[in-house]
Amino acid sequence: MTTVFGVPLPAVLGQLMLGLVNGSFYALLSLGLAVIFGLLGVVNFAHGALYMLGAFAAYIGLQFLGVNYWCALILAPLAVGLLGVLIERLFLRHLYQLDPLYGLLLTFGIASIAEGAMRGLFGASGNAYPVPQLLQGGLNLGFMVLPIYRAWVVFASLTVCGTTWFLIERTRLGATLRAATENSRLVQAFGINVPLLVTATYGAGAALAALAGVLAAPVIQVSPSMGSSLVIVVFAVVVIGGMGSIAGAIVSGLVLGLIEGLTKVIYPEASNIVVFVIMAVVLIWRPAGLFGKE
Amino acid sequence: MLKTITAAICALSGLIAFSQVRAAGEQVVIGDIDDLSGVYADAGGQGGVEAINMAIADFGGTVLGKKIVLLSVDHLNKPDIGASKFREWADQNGLNMLLGGSNTGVSIAMAKVAAAKKVPFMAIGAGGASLTGADCTAYTVHYAYDTTALGNGTASAIVKQGGKSWYFVTADYAFGTQLQDAATRVVLANGGKVLGAVRAPLGTTDYSSFLLQAQASGAQVLGLANAGTDFSNSLKAANEFGLTKTMKPAALLAFITDIHSLTLQTAQGLYLTTAWYWDLNDETRAFAKRFFAKMKKEPTMDQAAYYSATIQYLSAVKAVGSTNSDLVMAQLKKVKINDVFTKNGYVRADGLMVHTMYVMQVKTPAESKYPWDYYKVVKVLSGEEADGPLPDATCPLSKK
Repeated sequence: MTTVFGVPLPAVLGQLMLGLVNGSFYALLSLGLAVIFGLLGVVNFAHGALYMLGAFAAYIGLQFLGVNYWCALILAPLAVGLLGVLIERLFLRHLYQLDPLYGLLLTFGIASIAEGAMRGLFGASGNAYPVPQLLQGGLNLGFMVLPIYRAWVVFASLTVCGTTWFLIERTRLGATLRAATENSRLVQAFGINVPLLVTATYGAGAALAALAGVLAAPVIQVSPSMGSSLVIVVFAVVVIGGMGSIAGAIVSGLVLGLIEGLTKVIYPEASNIVVFVIMAVVLIWRPAGLFGKE
Repeated sequence: MLKTITAAICALSGLIAFSQVRAAGEQVVIGDIDDLSGVYADAGGQGGVEAINMAIADFGGTVLGKKIVLLSVDHLNKPDIGASKFREWADQNGLNMLLGGSNTGVSIAMAKVAAAKKVPFMAIGAGGASLTGADCTAYTVHYAYDTTALGNGTASAIVKQGGKSWYFVTADYAFGTQLQDAATRVVLANGGKVLGAVRAPLGTTDYSSFLLQAQASGAQVLGLANAGTDFSNSLKAANEFGLTKTMKPAALLAFITDIHSLTLQTAQGLYLTTAWYWDLNDETRAFAKRFFAKMKKEPTMDQAAYYSATIQYLSAVKAVGSTNSDLVMAQLKKVKINDVFTKNGYVRADGLMVHTMYVMQVKTPAESKYPWDYYKVVKVLSGEEADGPLPDATCPLSKK
């Protein structure tokens, strides 16, 4: 049998496939972070909590309000996006003139509060969210059986990432947004409401995190700590891609998912640090990240 | 302004110190240091505090004519916090006995304080067998379960049913590896074999890669040597990837709250070992009913153990007519433990509370007749079967 690093080829292909699934989550989450950092300059530590709240919104919807998975895909990001708008209006807004560290501390505090509140309400063990009827079962790829739901995650995430990239890099709205970050006073002079634009951007970033949360809900236990373990990795992904670079976030998210998948075959114990090792190497070699402009 | 505040703080702390000094001696002080907000908070946590309060109330609220007082604090899964809080209570609050754990690392740190301060320490939520081995002390009682008993229970039952080949998914830290070792010994001793093991970092959320490796091994049994959300996420992924159809899943440590949050749909058919189950008999059901009225959850084995340990300590104090730690420990090691938690349990020389363990299988949704009706008993293990007949030789206390 053909082997790669002493591992049979089908196993490697299987791990790469799973890496792609994880990479899709990384891409979607780091995309939101990159949008918020690129356009607001805020290091949004609450991103993991927003992702967790998205998953909980889906769970609460299904359990208490009879909202099914497909509606939750729209409604949960809307609800969490609205919460994002509130956070920006009430708190973040006052910190733009200060050092970015203050934004980081504020969002970190918000994340802790959200996590504690959910733990108080739902306990630490979390809750189960069933895979929707339509996406149950598996696809036999020859080298592995891929659950249909995981395939859907890859498809949904790539679609959303592509659309967001297109919106920001190729449309007039995106051009305005990018202009506002370059020189907000000048853009304001053209009659564009920059504060509103900023609020909407944070809301959209929060909604992206929540969408990732809804996508993750059927795959992992919906628990208060699901975001905090992920947010650090996602930050590393953003740093590797280049802070604020949309394409960088998406590409490095997918690639790091693949690398992590391979690590799990070759040396599993290192699978949760491989991303950080790569981050250190990238920072030494290219401090602005792979896609960053310096 | 600053002066006023400083003065106020000084006055206030003086007042507190004074009231504590006055209080010590007139009260019997019980402490609880546990994970109240983290990953293990559902197994013990506030439910554990409630169970201790129930025990104190059932005992009548006083012992030897002194009022029984409970202090509790969150150790945040940090050994230094657990140890320093224990030391503080022993020095300043006249602490007579400490309950706690839910984390082997924190418990080992607190056991050292127990030895230094000569305060009895009932380790409840922690699994590490070294608490009554290399880390044993004359004042530690390891009460609810240890990794040896957990490994023995699940592994021996499954191997004897024909599950001969195993593959482990292990949490990559002391607790996980101790569990895997204990289970491996039993599997090999019963003529089974271990085809492989993968060590997943603590807090991993995506287990699909590890499970793919388990599946490729062709083993019959999937041994999950982990706990908490690590356990939930690995079982959930095993279900999703269809492993539960070809392999027998075996949990080495799972609480009823884990099963409740996973739902029977996902957990059905799972084997696990537990020290206690709320639906064992009328006595356990009566306790569970009172607990449920307050907490809206059925008690876990840890919470029942919190109740039992408190009752046993207070009974020992009453029997010897003193809170003297050496007298109380001698009494605890002399008597049989008979209460809602266990029958004919006893504390061995090394501090391990030897008691019955149950190997359970999780019911299917169709078999479950009422809320929280989750387990059926597969096998009852006597204390000696679960823990082995001899005290741990690595503990100096065993040699006496």
